[in-house]
Amino acid sequence: MSPGQDKRWKALIVDDEELARHVIREYLQSHPEIEVAAECANGMEAVKAVAEHKPNLIFLDVQMPKLTGFDVLELIGTDMPVIFVTAYDQYAMRAFDVHAVDYLLKPIGKGRFDAAVERAKNRLGEKMPAAHELAAAARPPQQFLERLVVKDGTKVTLIPVGKLDYAEAQDDYVALATQGKKHLKQQTIAGLEAGLDPGSFVRIHRSYIVNLERVARIEPYGKDSRLAILADGTRLPVSRAGYARLKALLDGRK
Amino acid sequence: MHPLLTRNRLGLYLLAWVPLTATSIYVLVTRGTLSWLQATVLAMAVFLFYALLCLSAWYPCRATPLGKVSFIRLLLTHLIAAGFMSFVWTQAGAALAYAVLSPEKFAAIKHQFEPQVNAIFTVGVLLYLLSVAFHYVLIAMEDSRRAEAQAIEARVLARDAELKALKAQVNPHFLFNSLNSISALTSIDPARARHMCVLLGDFLRLTLGLGEKNLVRFSDELELLQKYLAIEQVRFGDRLKMHEEIQEDSKVCLLPPLLLQPLVENAVKHGIAALPEGGDVRLAVQRQNGRLSILVENSWDPEAPPRRSGGMGLKNVQQRLEARYGKDASLRVNTEGELFQVSLDLPAESEEKT
Repeated sequence: MSPGQDKRWKALIVDDEELARHVIREYLQSHPEIEVAAECANGMEAVKAVAEHKPNLIFLDVQMPKLTGFDVLELIGTDMPVIFVTAYDQYAMRAFDVHAVDYLLKPIGKGRFDAAVERAKNRLGEKMPAAHELAAAARPPQQFLERLVVKDGTKVTLIPVGKLDYAEAQDDYVALATQGKKHLKQQTIAGLEAGLDPGSFVRIHRSYIVNLERVARIEPYGKDSRLAILADGTRLPVSRAGYARLKALLDGRK
Repeated sequence: MHPLLTRNRLGLYLLAWVPLTATSIYVLVTRGTLSWLQATVLAMAVFLFYALLCLSAWYPCRATPLGKVSFIRLLLTHLIAAGFMSFVWTQAGAALAYAVLSPEKFAAIKHQFEPQVNAIFTVGVLLYLLSVAFHYVLIAMEDSRRAEAQAIEARVLARDAELKALKAQVNPHFLFNSLNSISALTSIDPARARHMCVLLGDFLRLTLGLGEKNLVRFSDELELLQKYLAIEQVRFGDRLKMHEEIQEDSKVCLLPPLLLQPLVENAVKHGIAALPEGGDVRLAVQRQNGRLSILVENSWDPEAPPRRSGGMGLKNVQQRLEARYGKDASLRVNTEGELFQVSLDLPAESEEKT
């Protein structure tokens, strides 16, 4: 077998600390079948590198600037095996255990590293759990999403939840409306709803979630239904159940 | 609410009036020719009434706290009240005597006590003033009890904050990441790996040692900060740029231990670590006019989401400052564009002084 054929695996190392990447690179030397396709110092680079190299194994640090490991997973999809790396995050560790996701703890031991790599090779073709579910499990109780991550081609946009006006379900996607623009994100509206602070966002309709702060007034519309008029004039349908939720929340705020 | 009415002390208070009542009964029987029954009913009714009336002294006492209003105002308030109360009392006493006694007996009593009406009125005034004094004592006792309770509570809070601060000191994230850096260095640069081990050891030792003391010299705290930053420098490399502006005089000042460490740790954790390109951390300390001013400044990304533990470290430092210096120290947070600044201002204490 020629050396070129040996490298059947392409790996990506994502960590903002150079020394941390070095440990993984060094450990990979004893796995000649794995080639390091690229090293990335942050999540943005990782998203680009995934598109470019199409790796089949990713070592992904959880705590990174701008985009966390969970954000990166959300942006790259769930088709390739990811091994998470973290120094200490009890909630993330629990989430990995619950979802049977492999992870390594810093300082990384060689034995555990080799075992994780072997498992990842056997898992080829298996899907990772949905990133937003994993991220939700890793959030401490009573904490909600602080920003949403969307990818448009290769462009990554971060939307602080306070700037989200409303969200609309569109088949397998949700359209996130913010400051007059709409961003499409592959997620169910129920999944999005679960991550948002129920004190600020209400599911007013099967297909709509609205930011309470944007609602200017509610108008009756036909029998049994209403319209929510937002500050910028947008009109959103409000179902009967949605109106009840909205009313309960507003009454609770008084 | 009146303190005697809220607790079961009313009985004791009324008991204090018994000797006086007994004396009056005796006087009324021997000098005023009343029967024992008449004298007892009359005296008890009159003194019970006055005992309750004198309880009202609590309200003017509370409205004119000792040492807070002028003596003249104090005197006037209580004399006027005493005169009024005594007048009400003597009139009510006369009315009661008129009501319960036969006309002959009333005339006899009236004839006998008429010349002494001024003396009785004066007794009333004195009794009321005695009640005033009694109420001032009562108020002082209540105040000191409350102050004691508050002092205990403040001490417990201070201790709590201190313990929390100490526990938070060795951040597990920092520790594990440092160990991982050492692990990487063992194959790249063994000498540096060893140096890092020494730094980490020094840092842990200093943390443990300083944490046991009540006050430390700023120079000791500075040494800890420098070890900490040297370790983070290895982790973050070029991403962490450190600037120090320390006035020599400030190094002898005394501070609660590990007061600045959480601030510098925040600067690295929330500032530098959240910036892909890294940034600067600046520590500036000055001693001037008996004050010590400390500035911890770092680059930060205003759009980065607040981290989980965000704010806890700052709150902790604020509590410890308050516990030690009260209103004499302050902590201010200022965010200016891409700079995050925390400034402390506290009295410059040094060993010569204490």
